[in-house]
Amino acid sequence: MRRLDPAAIGGIMSREVANFRTFWKATTFSSVLEPTVYLLAFGLGLGATLIDRVDGLSYVEFVGTGMVATAVIFSSALPAMFGTFVKHRFQRTYDAILAAPVDVEELVTAEMLWIGLRAGVYGCFPLLVSMLFGLDPAFGMLLVPIFCFFTALGFAAFGIAVAASVAKIDQFNYVTTLVITPLFLVAGTFFPISGLPEAVQAVAQLNPLHHLVELVRHSAFGFVATDLIRFAVLVAFAVVLWRVAVRRMSARLID
Amino acid sequence: MEAAIQLRGVEKRFGEIVAVDGLDLDVPPGICLGLLGPNGAGKSTTMRLLTGQAIADAGELTVLGHQLPGDSKAARAKMGVVPQLDNLDVDVTVEDNLRVFARLYRVKDIGPAVDRALDLARLQDRRKDAVDELSGGMRRRLLLARGLIHQPPLLLLDEPTVGLDPQIRTELWTLIDGLRSEGVTILMSTHYIEEAQRLADEVAVMTKGKIIARGRPNELIAEHAGRETAELYGPPEFLRDARLRAEGEGLKVRPAGPAIAIVGSENAGNGAVPDEAIRRAASLEDVFVLLTGEEAE
Ligand SMILES: Nc1ncnc2c1ncn2[C@@H]1O[C@H](COP(=O)(O)OP(=O)(O)OP(=O)(O)O)[C@@H](O)[C@H]1O
Ligand SMILES: [Mg+2]
Repeated sequence: MRRLDPAAIGGIMSREVANFRTFWKATTFSSVLEPTVYLLAFGLGLGATLIDRVDGLSYVEFVGTGMVATAVIFSSALPAMFGTFVKHRFQRTYDAILAAPVDVEELVTAEMLWIGLRAGVYGCFPLLVSMLFGLDPAFGMLLVPIFCFFTALGFAAFGIAVAASVAKIDQFNYVTTLVITPLFLVAGTFFPISGLPEAVQAVAQLNPLHHLVELVRHSAFGFVATDLIRFAVLVAFAVVLWRVAVRRMSARLID
Repeated sequence: MEAAIQLRGVEKRFGEIVAVDGLDLDVPPGICLGLLGPNGAGKSTTMRLLTGQAIADAGELTVLGHQLPGDSKAARAKMGVVPQLDNLDVDVTVEDNLRVFARLYRVKDIGPAVDRALDLARLQDRRKDAVDELSGGMRRRLLLARGLIHQPPLLLLDEPTVGLDPQIRTELWTLIDGLRSEGVTILMSTHYIEEAQRLADEVAVMTKGKIIARGRPNELIAEHAGRETAELYGPPEFLRDARLRAEGEGLKVRPAGPAIAIVGSENAGNGAVPDEAIRRAASLEDVFVLLTGEEAE
């Protein structure tokens, strides 16, 4: 049988869709509420009192575009970590799926694609909410779902690989504290990277979220040539982590 | 005819543990083979080897003409698997659970396949309900129907009724028996003697990763336990004495819960079996306990 069979991948994604239909309301609610709360607190609080303009943008414009990255990492890495762990260890879903003519590569790919699509949509919410706070729409923003999709693919793969590597669910705490929180803080969402020490700035260039933040800001206020490199980095990140996730999951699922 | 499943010298180790130890097993098409063995015998590991979820360290595995593990995906497309533990999607409807697996098994006409599965599980009127609203028995029937969504010629059942109450168990037995009469080849692992006796055309007794006896239940009984078994209840000293006496006569004696069972009592000389013993036909249970040294369930 063929490798990466669309029928197998579609079947697994249809399972995700069927499950998602039972909880989409709660997810959507928090995806709208969260950026709203942040924009109220930071944008109006900080922006109105302490900070005037950042990199030539109003603070709402700055944070509103930056928060797309926050939405993406929290709707990809975390659901991938917890979802994979729960489906594997508690619900034994993967046992059922792998008894069908489906292999681990198809399983991982399907889970990544589904999370990527979902995060591609939910990643736009902060942008839409920001418009209510005064962000002007721009044509470039139509590319934002694509940027979000590729970033989310990478982080979904990261989450799957982590879930396949930990022995216990508590160990996710190390990953969130040591990896996810720093990535999300040093992405340039709430303050510009340029204010940080040079060494940290250099490290931030390795942070896919930082590239996503820049791409989204440029989609609103004008692209530059180096954006192509940033996009290439996101795609490469997704591809490399995809292979890592397939490996880790094969080791975990096949005795 | 070519065997539906053929294992030759199959070995599977987990570190120090040898879960499957040079296993040879043939399942001819159209029969139900009961793989009967105590806990840890290697039954589930054998099942996982057959679905490609475990890779053998040595030996050859062929399923429906496909060599494993290389050709395992094609083999899986033609077999149904019903796991020991329920792994349905509980928040999703009955119908959607079936539909997803119809896609995974590449079923062409999903609607009719789902309907057929619902009929089999007798869940037509519950098709729109979430799985967690079903009773335990309904869930097990759904699990079985899900494994049959693509009408496979071969079915793997790993302890299909373990931990279920007797009524649900009987219900499943009826379903499985129906499949057997339709000609589906079934490999069923179990440690319930009654299950093997009721459903299996042939039984293979497995312990420590090997098959130690194989045959039709009646043949196995005749060969290993004879015709008659005498069960004896009483205080421990009484049982100990009776046991020594019977063993002195060359009879095999096994524990049977609070009682002892003197196997082959039809051959006993005078006084070897006390009068108060209850004589009954020899059973598969006698064979199992004698061969594996484990008390049966
Ligand atoms: N993934 C694994 N890692 C380590 N050891 C394993 C693994 N799977 C099985 N084993 C070991 O292999 C042996 C056989 O286990 P298996 O689950 O195949 O037995 P079984 O006959 O199905 O038993 P049961 O009736 O309890 O289900 C056991 O000693 C078990 O601990
Ligand atoms: Mg088992």
